[in-house]
Amino acid sequence: MFKILAKEELSPNVYAMTIEAPRVARKAQPGQFIILRIDEQGERIPLTIADFDREQGTILLVFQTIGASTMQLAELNAGDSLLDFVGPLGTPSVIKKFDGTVVVVGGGIGVAPTYPIARAMKEAGNKVIAIMGAKTKDILIMEEQMKQVTDEILVTTDDGSRGIKGFVTYAVQALVDRGEHIGQITAIGPCIMMKSVADATRPLGIPTVVSLNPIMVDGTGMCGGCRVTVGGETKFACVDGPEFDGHQVDFAGLMSRQRMYRDLEAEEKDHVCRIGLGR
Amino acid sequence: MALSLKKHAMPVQAPDVRAHNFDEVALGYDAETAVAEAERCLHCKKPLCREGCPVSIDIPAFIALIKERDFQGALAKIQEANALPAICGRVCPQENQCEKHCILAKKGEAVAIGRLERFVADCGLAAGEEVQPVKAAADAQKVAVIGAGPSGLSCAGDLAKKGYNVTIFEALHKAGGVLSYGIPEFRLPKEKVVQKEIANIEKLGVNIELDSVAGRLFTVDELMQDEGFDAVFIGTGAGLPRFQNIPGESLNGVYSANEFLTRCNLMQAYDFPHHVTPIKVGQHVAVVGGGNVAMDAARTALRLGAAEVTIVYRRSEAELPARLEEIGHAKEEGIQFQFLTNPVEVLGDENGWVKGLRCIRMELGEPDASGRRRPIPVEGSEFELPMETVIIAIGTGANPIVAQTTEGLATNKRGYIEADETTGATSKAGVFAGGDIVTGAATVILAMGAGRKAAASIDAYLQSKRAD
Repeated sequence: MFKILAKEELSPNVYAMTIEAPRVARKAQPGQFIILRIDEQGERIPLTIADFDREQGTILLVFQTIGASTMQLAELNAGDSLLDFVGPLGTPSVIKKFDGTVVVVGGGIGVAPTYPIARAMKEAGNKVIAIMGAKTKDILIMEEQMKQVTDEILVTTDDGSRGIKGFVTYAVQALVDRGEHIGQITAIGPCIMMKSVADATRPLGIPTVVSLNPIMVDGTGMCGGCRVTVGGETKFACVDGPEFDGHQVDFAGLMSRQRMYRDLEAEEKDHVCRIGLGR
Repeated sequence: MALSLKKHAMPVQAPDVRAHNFDEVALGYDAETAVAEAERCLHCKKPLCREGCPVSIDIPAFIALIKERDFQGALAKIQEANALPAICGRVCPQENQCEKHCILAKKGEAVAIGRLERFVADCGLAAGEEVQPVKAAADAQKVAVIGAGPSGLSCAGDLAKKGYNVTIFEALHKAGGVLSYGIPEFRLPKEKVVQKEIANIEKLGVNIELDSVAGRLFTVDELMQDEGFDAVFIGTGAGLPRFQNIPGESLNGVYSANEFLTRCNLMQAYDFPHHVTPIKVGQHVAVVGGGNVAMDAARTALRLGAAEVTIVYRRSEAELPARLEEIGHAKEEGIQFQFLTNPVEVLGDENGWVKGLRCIRMELGEPDASGRRRPIPVEGSEFELPMETVIIAIGTGANPIVAQTTEGLATNKRGYIEADETTGATSKAGVFAGGDIVTGAATVILAMGAGRKAAASIDAYLQSKRAD
């Protein structure tokens, strides 16, 4: 059993949870993910690692309630436990000194996993700029933490309530326009956001890494459910990724596969809600 | 009484009933049938059956004990060589092993050795007989086993019996490997058989750590240098699913057999939404491939509610690699077969879902490297089968993580670990390997045999280490 040490609601339907998992924390690196299972009936839920503390032996997760399982997860509190917690999984981010500024782009809860990457990039001697996007200012997360590990932050909101009005790609363009020499961009967020960033940087020739979160079961290369086409080749996000060259990823195929269980997820949510009514 | 040339029939659930439930198909012999079947054994002076057994069970001896109705003694005799008899009695391909060598098979049908093994093992499980623990000596040397599948479990069991301090590290949340995620409930019950036999191995003193992905949570070197393990056995298996690399394989509704079976067996998706993992099965399901895994996937799809399930296989019926018994069961349940047929494209609708399978007819040419006649496409013979679900069961490759993260561990070009066939020794001192991660996908019993052989050579290695 893996104990939940802390829980915080970062914005409506977005939660941060600190999990006691000393062995996982000891090996976790930026860019990796874990798989958790809440209870005996639970599904295996993959979540990207938002932070790790080797001394405290903890892993920080940030998640949004989307389906029945994340809703159930959000109902747990500090002191409760998770049945299974597996990791660290996937190949870590490549952390090194780049020729040029390193830019991390986070959209929505995608900001969370860019945090340990930004920190490691900064520690490796890079100038690091974070672009953080949200629909509106109230749901922007982790701004203070991100300030600590970057040289500059650019905020974008869809409604213009904070920072640049518009999408994260506007901020990327702003950096390019002001002559910022960018060595690499890492973009994490909804598929459509990562696709937009990749489409924007492709003509500029800026290396762009994206972190994919397809449907998966085991996370060790055995189900093939997380297959994604990268540069015309079939890759498994769990072992070959989750980070890939954003210019090579077939986002249309990925987005279609994300919808595979949408109708069943609705049924499942309904099922959980009915249990809730009985309480 | 004249000797019957036929085995006593295995009682089974009626096909029209079992096609709609996940209960075990074969119900097992009762005591009278088992004794009568044991009576068929001629007790040859030179018993060839034993040579056909990858773990060398003393078959004539346990059959003799069944004749005497000493079922407990018969089980003890099997357990000398086999830690998982209720499992092997169900899933071993006996027709290619022990029973193939039975003298009766020359004139008629072999003694039903597998069914007898299952009978005594089930008697033991039903009686709740306790396995006697072997206490590891306080200063016992420590052995790490990576993977709680057939090879790892049998290796760990043998080493525990010799008094070593053994820990198995398993990546998934349940032990058993393919026994838990791959082989369906209706062929190998999970709670009733698999978990009980694994519990017996734990009772021998083996410690199983779940949720532990070797190569990520720790490396093999860290186990030996930091965690004090004196030897490591790698039995990580071959579970990386292969695809055909034809257009449309990324469409929604296309599964690898591994994913399909894992969702159903390990995650219990058949019990959705009580178990939360979903699975999608259309009315028309194609399963591509002709092995046991293909049969398992097809019969699982049927039980999940498909109206018509078709096995699509590129060679002819004679070349089907699945066990005859499994093919027979599948046919009885109404599984359809399209032989000499190979998919060339999965067809999708405007929403990215499977709507059909475009195939081409094949004919058999000259024998290939496998000795089977090579299938050759018949030009211009393409046709379409309407399908909503396509399951690819054309084989698996090496699980990559441990090999990729272990320095100095030699692998071949396909990613399998190079290990000595008789000792399991790898290129790395103190590290042994066996099962599918060495041979490529094979059978449960061959993996168990490899685990046993490795256990014996790990024992020898550690003895010599103690002597130093």
